[in-house]
Amino acid sequence: MSFDESHGSPKRSSMRTPLGRVRNLGAAHSGTSDFWRQRITGVAMTLLMIPVIVIVMMLLGRNQAGAAQILGSLPIAVILLLFIFASAWHMKIGMQVVIEDYIHNEKLKLISIMLNNFFSIAVALASTYAILKLSSGV
Amino acid sequence: MVEFALPKNSKITGGKTWPKPAGATDVREFRVYRWNPDDGKNPSVDTYYVDTQDCGPMVLDGLIWIKNHIDPSLTFRRSCREGVCGSCAMNIDGQNTLACTRSMHDVKDGAVKINPLPHQPVVKDLVPDLTNFYAQYASVEPWLKTTSPTPQKEWKQSHEDREKLDGLYECILCACCSTSCPSYWWNSERYLGPAALLQANRWVSDSRDEATGERLDDLEDPFRLYRCHTIMNCAKACPKGLNPAEAIAELKLKMVERQI
Repeated sequence: MSFDESHGSPKRSSMRTPLGRVRNLGAAHSGTSDFWRQRITGVAMTLLMIPVIVIVMMLLGRNQAGAAQILGSLPIAVILLLFIFASAWHMKIGMQVVIEDYIHNEKLKLISIMLNNFFSIAVALASTYAILKLSSGV
Repeated sequence: MVEFALPKNSKITGGKTWPKPAGATDVREFRVYRWNPDDGKNPSVDTYYVDTQDCGPMVLDGLIWIKNHIDPSLTFRRSCREGVCGSCAMNIDGQNTLACTRSMHDVKDGAVKINPLPHQPVVKDLVPDLTNFYAQYASVEPWLKTTSPTPQKEWKQSHEDREKLDGLYECILCACCSTSCPSYWWNSERYLGPAALLQANRWVSDSRDEATGERLDDLEDPFRLYRCHTIMNCAKACPKGLNPAEAIAELKLKMVERQI
């Protein structure tokens, strides 16, 4: 349904009944998984935030060899990987919500959601590669 | 993209200032949104002066006084004048509320500024078109749904289960909450809005209802339910003191509960 003007009887694009327009294509039966994952990743990032800050402070001023030495520790590499994984997923869901909120053109919305997925995966993979590379001492 | 600016024909132009009532000793300035579908003009804001010694204390009393004494063409909905029917919902001093329960003395800073409920098509002056809002209410099927044989007397409910409906059944469907919600402004054609979702939770929470799962199925949708981002404008606006955001959070909790 679209209102062509804000005043007077709204000019609607079809002669469907108001209830027909509200029901439209029916419920998607999805959304709960994203809602739940957004909470899980949010809590995970909160828990990981302090260790990540400590690790970043440890890395400050060090050269690549020094960074590789610190990231060679398994717990440190795992903490960073978990943080990257949680934040990339959280970013992907959060950005999708913003896109769905404000972009109403269906084509543009689909393209934006697709690019958002690609971008989040690319960021996660690039970060993972960097951490693995450094932690393996290369 | 969503439309952030007002359409050309919705831009407000200067309105008429009506003369102060003769002989009045205590007047209150009212600035009221006016729009007539028949004259082809843009909306305007008219200024009226209400004789507060000659009318009741509420904003609705002032509007009725204006209609009776100054301008009979001023159009607004009203009925019970005691916060039960929800007809006189409008935006007063920037807040969606009922004109009959908002005292004009509570409106600080000079004039009482009155607009129709935001982001709805306007029928005339302060009367919004709530067709979509009512259809959304109908879509949650707000009645008891059962498959068990109907009992001889009534469907029984414990006192504890009945208490679960407190804070939900009192909703008068005035639309103050839904029309104060930014999510509803941007996606009112797909997001059901706080009022319809509070009503949905009222029936999902009813121990006598046997269609809880189907009701949740119909709500499980990224737009119908999950457009709520807990902005809480709904709870702030509700003139009955209800908390639709909490009701929506309960729905989301039930959605998670049945998956985990």
